[in-house]
Amino acid sequence: MATRVIAGKTVQVNEEGFMTNPAEWDKEIAVELAKEEGISELTEAHWKVIEFCRESAKTSGKAPTLRQITTGAGVSTKELFALFPKGPAKKVARIAGLGKPEGCV
Amino acid sequence: MAEENRKIAFICSKGTLDMAYPALVMGWAALGNGIDVTIFFTFWGLDLINKHRVDHLEIAPVANTSMKMSLMGLNTGNLGIPNIMGVLPGMTAFATKIMKDKMQKLEVPTVREYLEMLVDGGAKLYACKMSVDMFGLKKEDFVEGVEDIVTAGDFMDMTEGAQIIFI
Repeated sequence: MATRVIAGKTVQVNEEGFMTNPAEWDKEIAVELAKEEGISELTEAHWKVIEFCRESAKTSGKAPTLRQITTGAGVSTKELFALFPKGPAKKVARIAGLGKPEGCV
Repeated sequence: MAEENRKIAFICSKGTLDMAYPALVMGWAALGNGIDVTIFFTFWGLDLINKHRVDHLEIAPVANTSMKMSLMGLNTGNLGIPNIMGVLPGMTAFATKIMKDKMQKLEVPTVREYLEMLVDGGAKLYACKMSVDMFGLKKEDFVEGVEDIVTAGDFMDMTEGAQIIFI
């Protein structure tokens, strides 16, 4: 398993750059990962989604799908795609320090 | 990223419930992965975007060799639904209900809802002009989000460089 340094912390990542241990994640890491995904600033709306994903993963053990996010976090599909443009499914999970979402919807 | 400009176009030519889903599921996955999505509805596929038809798509058991008795939760292995039974009134509605119930259990969105999600996620939906003329439809007959009625030639222009999937 590869490791890398994000925001001054060494964390485990897989070959696609997803963190593999959610416990190593913190908010500074999220800010750095967001920048890598082209999101220069995480607003309150971004955090709402990220925190929902973290909570959801805590109980289910995996990153929520887009639809689980829109129904669970109370964000519309339009907002979600505006907050995390060009591929929110992967982006959100990566920034939240989770694996790729499993499931098709 | 190499994926930045990847484009996928789906051609939906079927109007049955089972054939409605492939483009919706894959299109949604594509949007989630940052891929541009265009969907062209032609022939029976127009039922998917026809607001009077979209909530009434069906699946018929007649001549459907994949549809087995076991779909109804019976432990009957490979035993098929006899075609002679399939022709009875109500069998299509019955099969449709079973399939819809199964999808609802899995929290699969309805076709109408899926289309809304796709449009909100940035997919572009188009209706085929020749089919629209043939069925005597108008733009007002379509669900919200259908951008335009276009010709096959227009479709070729707008999908330059895209991977095309015919369903």
